[in-house]
Amino acid sequence: MPTPGFATGRRALLTGAPALALAASPAWSQQANTLLNVSYDPTRELYREYNPIFTAQWRAQHGQSLRVNTSHGGSGRQARSVIDGLQADVLTLALAYDIDAVAERGFLARDWMSRLPHNSAPYTSTIVFLVRRGNPKAVRDWGDLLKPDIRIITPNPKTSGGARWNYLAFWAWALRQPGGDAAAAERATAQLFRQVPVLDTGARGSLTTFAQRGQGDVFLSWENEAHLALQEFAAAGLEIIYPSFSILAEPSVAVVDQNVDRRGTRAAAEAYLRGLYTPEGQALVAKHYYRPRDPAVLAAHAARFPAMELVTVDGAFGGWAEAQRVHFNDGGIFDRITAPAR
Amino acid sequence: MMGPFRPAHEDAPWARRLLLGLALLVALVMLLLPLLAVFTEALRRGLPVALDAILEEDSLAAMRLTLIVAAITVPVNLVGGVAAAWCVAKFDFPGKRLLVTLIELPFSVSPVIAGLVFVLIFGAQGWFGEWLRARDIQIIFALPGLVLATVFVTFPFVARTVLPLMQEQGRDEEEAAATLGATGFQTFWRVTLPNVKWALLSGVLLCNARAMGEFGAVSVVSGHIRGETNTMPLHVEILYNEYQFAGAFAVAALLALLGLVTLAAKTALERVAGRRAGGAA
Amino acid sequence: MRGPARVVAIPGFGLTMGITLAWLGLIVVIPLAALVIKPWELGVGGVIASLSEPRVWAALRLSFGTALLAALINLPLGLLLAWVIVRLRFPGRALLDGAVDLPFALPTAVAGIALTAIFAPNGWLGAPITALTGWQVAFTPAGIVLALMFVGLPFIVRTVEPVLRDMGRDAEEAAATLGATRPQTLWRVVLPALAPALLTGFALSFARSVGEYGSVIFIAGNLPMVSEIAPLLIVIRLEQFDYAGAAAVGLAMLTLSFGVLFLLNLVQRWLRRGRR
Repeated sequence: MPTPGFATGRRALLTGAPALALAASPAWSQQANTLLNVSYDPTRELYREYNPIFTAQWRAQHGQSLRVNTSHGGSGRQARSVIDGLQADVLTLALAYDIDAVAERGFLARDWMSRLPHNSAPYTSTIVFLVRRGNPKAVRDWGDLLKPDIRIITPNPKTSGGARWNYLAFWAWALRQPGGDAAAAERATAQLFRQVPVLDTGARGSLTTFAQRGQGDVFLSWENEAHLALQEFAAAGLEIIYPSFSILAEPSVAVVDQNVDRRGTRAAAEAYLRGLYTPEGQALVAKHYYRPRDPAVLAAHAARFPAMELVTVDGAFGGWAEAQRVHFNDGGIFDRITAPAR
Repeated sequence: MMGPFRPAHEDAPWARRLLLGLALLVALVMLLLPLLAVFTEALRRGLPVALDAILEEDSLAAMRLTLIVAAITVPVNLVGGVAAAWCVAKFDFPGKRLLVTLIELPFSVSPVIAGLVFVLIFGAQGWFGEWLRARDIQIIFALPGLVLATVFVTFPFVARTVLPLMQEQGRDEEEAAATLGATGFQTFWRVTLPNVKWALLSGVLLCNARAMGEFGAVSVVSGHIRGETNTMPLHVEILYNEYQFAGAFAVAALLALLGLVTLAAKTALERVAGRRAGGAA
Repeated sequence: MRGPARVVAIPGFGLTMGITLAWLGLIVVIPLAALVIKPWELGVGGVIASLSEPRVWAALRLSFGTALLAALINLPLGLLLAWVIVRLRFPGRALLDGAVDLPFALPTAVAGIALTAIFAPNGWLGAPITALTGWQVAFTPAGIVLALMFVGLPFIVRTVEPVLRDMGRDAEEAAATLGATRPQTLWRVVLPALAPALLTGFALSFARSVGEYGSVIFIAGNLPMVSEIAPLLIVIRLEQFDYAGAAAVGLAMLTLSFGVLFLLNLVQRWLRRGRR
């Protein structure tokens, strides 16, 4: 037979082409009248309530209907997705370091933090303890965590922003103890993680392990997650313990310059973030147990936010870049304390 | 040989009962219990809650996306798998063993790696990142990326189910058809296809079941945008992470049902095929 | 006709080869080439340093160890199920036959959540197991083995089943006629005949489960050095924006599983040759 094989071979390649063309149709998921908010795990409920409020306001002011999409996940994973090309208009992540990582690759100005009030963190939170009802193991403060019969649940600091706050809060506490220096803090933190039986990748999975699967005695939790857990896992019988001291967690927000300029969504994206600072926004934030920045709103909700002494990452660790490098990067202290075989 | 006594090549009744009991125990613990857990959890808060979770807007979007992904994945792997099987079974050429190895390779590649490779190629920091961005083409975190990862993971199913059968059947019939002047397409359609159609169908159904249920690979390339780039398995994870356990398991149960229907179809097909083959023999 | 000049009357070589190469190239070869190339951005020393971390070793050992163990446990279980499905007649046989494919139907993440719920210390089976033996299944390496067994079991059943069906009983009858006891027949006649299929099933079960992610992360416990699987390490490295490091672990996994499968292939050939 002469060369029919080759001829039909080409035809076959052509018939395959439409499928690929269909699959590669440009930007099918994102239109100009949508905003994409890429956020971390515990903000789901907050932004689910904020989005319709914002879009209604936007429609009233600009006569333009807008749809806000959200994506949630571990803070690090979310930053990585944006770096890999996820078309986020705004980032609302667990810590400044993750937004810095995105900025480092040119997606937004390096000085993003100074563009909005309060270090671009419209709300703060802190780390508290969640224990089983009646606090059977009598856990009152960080020191109690090191009692030999206590099992602690926290997510993995390598993958979870919240877990990094947990780790740093404990470290800062250890430094303050009599004779507390870096070596002592490292020993104490190593001891702490020896008493962790399960390390989930994210805060949400971790809480499920604690509340639903009955693992551990104490769950190191975002303050807002702890309150949510009281509602969601009412049957599990949990209660919140406020330690004497904790860390000031500043979940940061930023507009992704490169994406909003390309998509023509800058105005909406900036309004979306500024809205979080308005009294209404702050009240909503407080409703979801994030600590509002607005002193008036905070005062109005004083009952749900017990005063605690809070250290900052800048103050105790010299900023996130430094904390990340020393503690969480490959070969850092966290790797060191988990390295010896248990 | 089938006398009133038990032939020496058969197992004693007690042994059969023991084997049967053990097999049922294994099937119960290893296979049925997880399924049972899914349905129990789904219905824990009643059927209406479960139905609400399934009929919610984002769940429907996830369902649509899963079906679209499967609808593109299966034909791509069907055409590729059949072509490869034909090529390997009906012709001799150097490098055949390598080709077969490459076809089976995706089986042993972690789904996470399957997602990672497409990030390395099409991600903004990847080989074609700049080029794609300049042209405003989104592959990762959009449908094309989900399809690519799913095609990769389900790659060998069709080829693997069809190839052994084609090899077993040899080349005589096709050679005869060709001698009689049939074109390649006619030969395939009239001679080869009827011989392998049942295996082909079961391969397609397996590929489909796996395509709908894939989690690890699509999780890396999805971007997890609610209602936009979440497939059903990813939507299950999202609901689960929102502590909507009943809803998560309801969607999971629906997904499992889709898979079960697919498998039931496959089993039924094999039954029919077995009967035909039995009748012909 | 392109390709080697063998006289074959069947047309379509160019067509099918064209499709095959395009399909294989676009979906498998180019993407995996990216995986093979990426790690070397770190330089040879960098790759070695990145892979010689104790955590990487522990994760690779865990992933391959649990996958091999799961496949090993699945061998007798899979053989049992295949045997019962092919050789015994009982009500509900079709149901059992269908149930074998369940792990294909259940999305891996769902399977992971379900298994965790069942085997957690407060779960349906986890509670009695812990109460009776003091052992814990979920959140330990035992949980990983369990999840991998679930994922890999159908592969063994489905490779052994057709061979068992085809085998017929002639050889067994002959052995019995020659005076072999039933255990002798099973050990000397049936098992050797099934060995290649068992080995293939073992290889498939291993290959499928060594890289498994979705069903494992929920039940594993994910403790570094103890219950952290290699695919999770890839994800962790990705989240630290360490693409090359992630690809290095991926490449190591790929090379290792290739090595294991190659060895199994050699054994397979040796078995086949031995039987002839």
